[in-house]
Amino acid sequence: MRLSRSAKVILGVVTALVFLFIYLPLLLVVVNSFNADRTFGWPPRGFTLEWWGRAFDSPGVREAVVSSLWVAAVSTLISLVLGTLLALALLRYQFFGRDVISLLVILPIALPGIVTGIALNNMFTTILGVSLSMWTVVIAHATFCMVTVFNNVIARLRRMSGGLEEASADLGAGVFTTFRLVTFPQLRSALLAGGLLAFALSFDEIIVTTFTIGAGDTTLPIWILQNLFRPNQAPVVNVVAVVLIVVSIVPIWLAQRLSQDSVGIGATRVKVTEG
Amino acid sequence: MTETLAAGRQAETDAVPAIRMRKLTKVFGDTIAVNNLDLDIRQGEFFSMLGPSGSGKTTVLRLIAGFELPTSGSIELEGKDVTGMAPFERDLNTVFQDYALFPHMSLVENVAYGLRVRGMPRKERQERAREALERVQLGKFVGRKPAQLSGGQRQRVALARALVVQPKVLLLDEPLGALDLKLRQQMQLELKELQRSLGITFIFVTHDQEEALTMSDRIGVFNNGSLEQIGTAHEIYERPGGAFVANFVGTSNIFDAAQAQKLYGRAEQVCIRPERLRLSWTAAPEPRTGVTSRPGTVTALVYVGHATQVRVQLDDGPAVVVLAPETLPGGDAELLDRRVTVSWDDDAAVWLPPAGS
Repeated sequence: MRLSRSAKVILGVVTALVFLFIYLPLLLVVVNSFNADRTFGWPPRGFTLEWWGRAFDSPGVREAVVSSLWVAAVSTLISLVLGTLLALALLRYQFFGRDVISLLVILPIALPGIVTGIALNNMFTTILGVSLSMWTVVIAHATFCMVTVFNNVIARLRRMSGGLEEASADLGAGVFTTFRLVTFPQLRSALLAGGLLAFALSFDEIIVTTFTIGAGDTTLPIWILQNLFRPNQAPVVNVVAVVLIVVSIVPIWLAQRLSQDSVGIGATRVKVTEG
Repeated sequence: MTETLAAGRQAETDAVPAIRMRKLTKVFGDTIAVNNLDLDIRQGEFFSMLGPSGSGKTTVLRLIAGFELPTSGSIELEGKDVTGMAPFERDLNTVFQDYALFPHMSLVENVAYGLRVRGMPRKERQERAREALERVQLGKFVGRKPAQLSGGQRQRVALARALVVQPKVLLLDEPLGALDLKLRQQMQLELKELQRSLGITFIFVTHDQEEALTMSDRIGVFNNGSLEQIGTAHEIYERPGGAFVANFVGTSNIFDAAQAQKLYGRAEQVCIRPERLRLSWTAAPEPRTGVTSRPGTVTALVYVGHATQVRVQLDDGPAVVVLAPETLPGGDAELLDRRVTVSWDDDAAVWLPPAGS
């Protein structure tokens, strides 16, 4: 459909305003992390790397970064394994309760974090009787990180015909050999995209984390929350926020590029198998 | 039909069949895809399973390959029961309808796959895969990926991939369906030639009756999950075992029981092939013994290149199609509605046993 000239202009302006509204505040945080003025007066009085230096020297920040990376990495790993297995089971096999399970898998990403958080907190402390730690955070994150892996893998499996796996079995390969030589190579980019999204989700998560983290442990978002209202720390909080933005955005950007790419590959693959 | 089945049973005793199916049934939900099938496929024969879509022929193939488990019944491969075995435990291979080549592997890797999973060393299996690709005239393309090939080339790769592991039986699931007519005809000949030189049993699934007639030693015609008739191409075409086969394989003119009663005094369906009918444009009957002539009116003419299909409404019978190879005595407009006589030799008429017998 072709648009009229005035419609194009109006839509362009609206789009620009929306993006400005979203990204200007983020840009402000980035600029302020280099702002020499402690009270963040506008326009910035000068450029400084002092806050970045202080952030790097702060043991609290360093510890929080390491914790966040560790939590994100481990929960991504768990999600990759479970998400892939779930997708394979739901798409390749028929069994009782399949539809219910596929709904149950996706639900955690739609549930409000505060509900998940309270529920898991209850589960861990009162029912299972385990003390909260980084591990409980990992498990909590895995519940929703799994969904992104699952969604990516299942989309790929839908495009990939089951015929390839049958052909592999027909040629004498058992279930595991077929997965290793045929299914997995087809899933690789979907797994990477799903894994990156899972990593980003976990890295900046705060609500569920708040309810499942042990006393004395901090992840990066938790550290920000704790230091937000300490006037001394305000400039450093900006630096940490910038780190958080970068570490969250880069995987999302990569994942998007990868899944676009894989759509292309997937399409040619479908064409191949349709001959 | 009883005749040909009995012939099949006789052959069983001579040698162990390549595939023996007994009381094979497969039910999907509330549809019976394969219904109590008994079928022997002989060693080294080119056997076609012919039928319309949904007739159960592909399901039978998938049951033989092991992609589906039968609801009941048994399958033997060279005398060994394989009913419950996984596909990778069965000594047979499949050429898939969509070829199912592995898109992330080169042609050599695709063809070497079966040898690789059997643990053959890399050098040796690549050597063998190259030879196999050579044999199907794809030696130049060994390093390419499947996406860089045409449909006919992919088909050859699929064939090489399945044959390189030297299966006892090769299953082919409508492998020529995606090719254009010329290529299809060429591949039909190549496949038949290949089968003859290898001596492997080929089981070929197709819905194309011409393909089945051209290539097969024997044909099994499927309908609604059951076998309607087994026989050579000649038997199937010349002596169809029922109205379904008569209609599905080639074109048939079928006289129903009442019309046959009037013609021959026998109340059973009878069928005559269009090329066995003769047309007299001057409406002259053929007053010879052993020949039947009936008057009728031309209702349509279809030129098909080597002949013309003339549709004639018989005065006291059905509308029949006559294949007229000769040059017609006038244009369509003149010939339409012309009074003619249709004649045939009585031994060209095939009595069809009633359905279900």
